[in-house]
Amino acid sequence: MNRLPTAHRNRVMLLLFLLFAVLASLLALKMGSSSISWQTLWQILRGEESGVLSTVVLDLRLPRVVTAFVAGGLLALSGLLMQILLRNPLADPYVLGVSGGAAVAALLSLMAGLSAVWMAPAAFGGALLSMALVFGMTRMHGSWEPTRLLLTGVVIAAGWGAVITFLLAVSSDQALRGMVFWLMGDLGQPDLPGWELLLLLLGGAIALLMAREINVLTRGGAQAAAFGVSVERLRLVLFLLASLLTATAVTLAGSVGFVGLVVPHMIRLISGGDHRLLIPASILLGGGLLILSDTLARTLLAPQQLPVGVVTAMVGVPLFLYLLQRSGR
Amino acid sequence: MSTILKVEQLQLSIAGKRICTGLDWKIEPQQIWGVLGVNGIGKSTLLQALCGLQPIEHGEISLQQQPLQQLKRRDIARAVALLFQHQDDIFPATVLEQVMMGRHPHTTLLKGEQPEDFKIAEQVIVAMGLSGMELRTVDTLSGGERRRVALATILAQQPRLYLLDEPEAHLDPKHQKVIFNKVVEQARTQQAALVMALHDINLAIHHCTHLLMLLKGGEAVQGEVKEMVSQQQIEQLYGTEMVRIEQNGQIAYLAL
Repeated sequence: MNRLPTAHRNRVMLLLFLLFAVLASLLALKMGSSSISWQTLWQILRGEESGVLSTVVLDLRLPRVVTAFVAGGLLALSGLLMQILLRNPLADPYVLGVSGGAAVAALLSLMAGLSAVWMAPAAFGGALLSMALVFGMTRMHGSWEPTRLLLTGVVIAAGWGAVITFLLAVSSDQALRGMVFWLMGDLGQPDLPGWELLLLLLGGAIALLMAREINVLTRGGAQAAAFGVSVERLRLVLFLLASLLTATAVTLAGSVGFVGLVVPHMIRLISGGDHRLLIPASILLGGGLLILSDTLARTLLAPQQLPVGVVTAMVGVPLFLYLLQRSGR
Repeated sequence: MSTILKVEQLQLSIAGKRICTGLDWKIEPQQIWGVLGVNGIGKSTLLQALCGLQPIEHGEISLQQQPLQQLKRRDIARAVALLFQHQDDIFPATVLEQVMMGRHPHTTLLKGEQPEDFKIAEQVIVAMGLSGMELRTVDTLSGGERRRVALATILAQQPRLYLLDEPEAHLDPKHQKVIFNKVVEQARTQQAALVMALHDINLAIHHCTHLLMLLKGGEAVQGEVKEMVSQQQIEQLYGTEMVRIEQNGQIAYLAL
């Protein structure tokens, strides 16, 4: 028994997840209102083909694919870190109220009649505000004890939920549809994500540096401290990182459910609990899954677009249940 | 060989209850201490305080001549290992992954685990009779097997001081004997010391060189086993009548 089998296995698994993400991306570029052949797609990607099809693929579909990948990766990574931080397999990126704060601020900007340009900054600001609120309340007790943090976050999230319902109740009928779509998650944004992608890569790199300590932390706070981990510091970094990733994801795509909760569990079921694999694999599988879901969302009932959150659940629920059954002891 | 752990005028409470006050205690290499006392007297809290996991009210703990409070967690973990009474498996690891956590304080961010670390893990897995279970997840094991995994993890940590909170829990008599002997043997060869919180007075008499008895009201008495163990002392410790049995030079006490 030596280190090689595990390290080797991790590398193979990671390659498979990468392959999945690449295949999902190619499929997403190919499929749509004007379907194109693989051959044409290949020519477009190599720059040998210009014209309408090339514009559709490179200017419309590609930004959307990248946005879906970044949002999915952010959510899955954030969900993974939240589950560790809160010692709760049911935790997801939204459990601490970050998305609630973002939603309230975004809806307020809609109601105030601000232009769509302000949606993203408003959402990000709201997310940061909510994060600061949970942070402050937890800090007052001077401890990052998971149960207390979870309760604080859940109650604040419930508070935001009430505010959202209130805002929906008092807003006009024509504003309502846009609001509900935003709340369900929306990838219609045409720009290529820039700083969001950077944040995903940076967050992934930081998390990967802490992967071994995170592995130890899964044994419990006191136990991890006994193994030499500075638990309070690690939990603080996990909280800030997970919240920031969620805030970015919500700003980019609204509240897309399910990815952040289930992707980490899928990988645990497929290939175990080593975070040196879980962290990069979460990003790849979360990103790939959201690309796939978004492709279905815009093609299933075309030309009508479905909210992507509905499709992530439609794809994710059976897939997850299958993995769970297969691993049944 | 110098003192491993020195406790001076230690005062410790939990939830307003005094566990000890004015405790002076020196733990030297090769010593095997048994910490005895009735349920809830504070044995676990005391053990956790010795590796800096419980805040102390008063006094000083020094680890190898350095104040414990000024040491980093990683430095403490290289010198002191703590076996907890309970462990939780919300995110279960495999046996090998779990045992490798004992090597964590010896790895660095850049270097990671070395082949040497895996060799040590494999050795303690064999020593604890867990061969062949390396890739099983901990939540599929029995209580006794889990206890042996936890003990293997502590052995992989190779500290100067082993703090074991009820190491005998969940172990059948045969494994108790085999495993106590293994742990004591490793501690001896590595010039380490052992401190065990024990419920079984007979295990303490049999395996320990020294005893620390925690009494009501924060009092504590300590000394070598042979001068500490008397019927009167043990009855006072546990607050119940005990019967002394002697056979082939071995002594045992039973509550009847």
